[in-house]
Amino acid sequence: MNIELSQLVAGIADGARLVVPPSRSGAAIAATHALIARQIRDLHLVAVPTSGLQADLLIGAGCVATVESAGVTLDEHGQAPRFVSAVKEAGIKLMDTTCPALISALQAGEKGIPFIPMRGLLGSDLLANRPDYRVIDNPMADSGDPIVLLPAIVPDVALFHAPLADRHGNVWIGQIRELMTMAHAARQTLVTVEEIIDDDLMQDELRAPATIPAHYISDIAIARQGAWPLPLPTRYAADAAALEDYATVARTQSGFERYLQRSQPVLHATAS
Amino acid sequence: MQPQADVDYSREELLICTIARLLEGVDHIAVGVSSPIPGSAALLQRERSAGATRVTVLNSRALQALNDGVSELFDMAAQGRVGAFFLSGGQIDGQGNINLVGVGDYPQMKVRWSGSFGSAMLYFLVPRVILFREEHTRRTMVDKVDFISAPGTSEEGVYRPGGPHAMITNLCAFAFDRAKGRFRLQSIHPGHTLEEVLDNTGFDFDYSDDLPATAEPDEESLTLLRGRLAAQIADPYPKFVERVWGVAAS
Repeated sequence: MNIELSQLVAGIADGARLVVPPSRSGAAIAATHALIARQIRDLHLVAVPTSGLQADLLIGAGCVATVESAGVTLDEHGQAPRFVSAVKEAGIKLMDTTCPALISALQAGEKGIPFIPMRGLLGSDLLANRPDYRVIDNPMADSGDPIVLLPAIVPDVALFHAPLADRHGNVWIGQIRELMTMAHAARQTLVTVEEIIDDDLMQDELRAPATIPAHYISDIAIARQGAWPLPLPTRYAADAAALEDYATVARTQSGFERYLQRSQPVLHATAS
Repeated sequence: MQPQADVDYSREELLICTIARLLEGVDHIAVGVSSPIPGSAALLQRERSAGATRVTVLNSRALQALNDGVSELFDMAAQGRVGAFFLSGGQIDGQGNINLVGVGDYPQMKVRWSGSFGSAMLYFLVPRVILFREEHTRRTMVDKVDFISAPGTSEEGVYRPGGPHAMITNLCAFAFDRAKGRFRLQSIHPGHTLEEVLDNTGFDFDYSDDLPATAEPDEESLTLLRGRLAAQIADPYPKFVERVWGVAAS
């Protein structure tokens, strides 16, 4: 079921609600460049629970209408420059929240229920700016107990990068369990992998618990070094020099555009 | 107040030992990303507890014995399985409110930071939240935060077993009085003065006239940090260990 990267991202429509993992959990950067190359627009990007380079690339390239996230950062390389610039220019709609709210809402999507309660948030300006969140009095308590309800997140598409898939379409994710939740909750799950193997991962007792069954997977494309310059646990570390380079050149929109131009050929070379 | 130590110690070592004293008796300490000083304090407390204290450092290979994805730490906190955690803020005010979002009017802020991360839940549910912000100026210690990522106190009736316990900065140590919703100055770090703290703090706080100096690191702690612990701390924080103790990560 291996297809080309460009074909893989063709399945993501303008305006889609796209869910992506944090920077250290298998962010599909090669696929992100393919999305940018096809000039996708108006994405509602849901980072569960945070993002960094991936969100910054999509925002800088004008692909994003809304960012729903608990944090956008380049971590030790500093602020995400295109995100910060878009916020100042009101170029994107913000749905700021807290990490466990995104995870819980995605779990509600996974369970097919309309909302989920969560502790915390009361009295914060996060709650004050999220009209989609509601506060009710806990109906199970004897006395007053206000609690926040979060609407379920049902993404149109989940997109991430994993170490390997098998020829049946099962995807091994190791310990990054949040990818399992994403695949369960999303209507479509698109995955890039380092390699496709001949074994059946679901028949292997040791690997099956860390495998997303093919049932949830819509399409798979091979993208070697597909998370670069971000890390892929079990395979490679972050390329700190490349991330530092990005953090520096993307401070201006023109620098960002030059970065995109010179990153594309590199990615095509590593993906082939 | 001038340093009167028998042994030399660094600013980082003073902060680590000051935070470690606040962690005594905690079963499970969790530490977020990019927090080398709180992380070192947690490991020092673990060492002193002879292993009774568990430490989880997010994104560390050796110090994260969790395997259920990003939700697990939050689920543990919601159940009361996390005794202490650290939060910071671009702005922190006198009511213990923290701001991790930015400066100015939301959403089009003139300065934008990363975001609130787990603060809006963990501040409510972790019993001993220690605020840690090295920069102690009127820019960071403000009268009122521009955006409340997580509030320092809650109205009566709100489920809140957790909240601020103390705040440590480059100048001093505060305790937080949850009933009053105010900070109380506990000690001033050697080499600094009450005037300096007052000049650099944008909010009112309680203090008495006979304030002690923050206790200096004892020799045993310094030996531990510079020896056995440096190797452990280098797993999540290699650059920090190299800078402070000159030890390369193994």
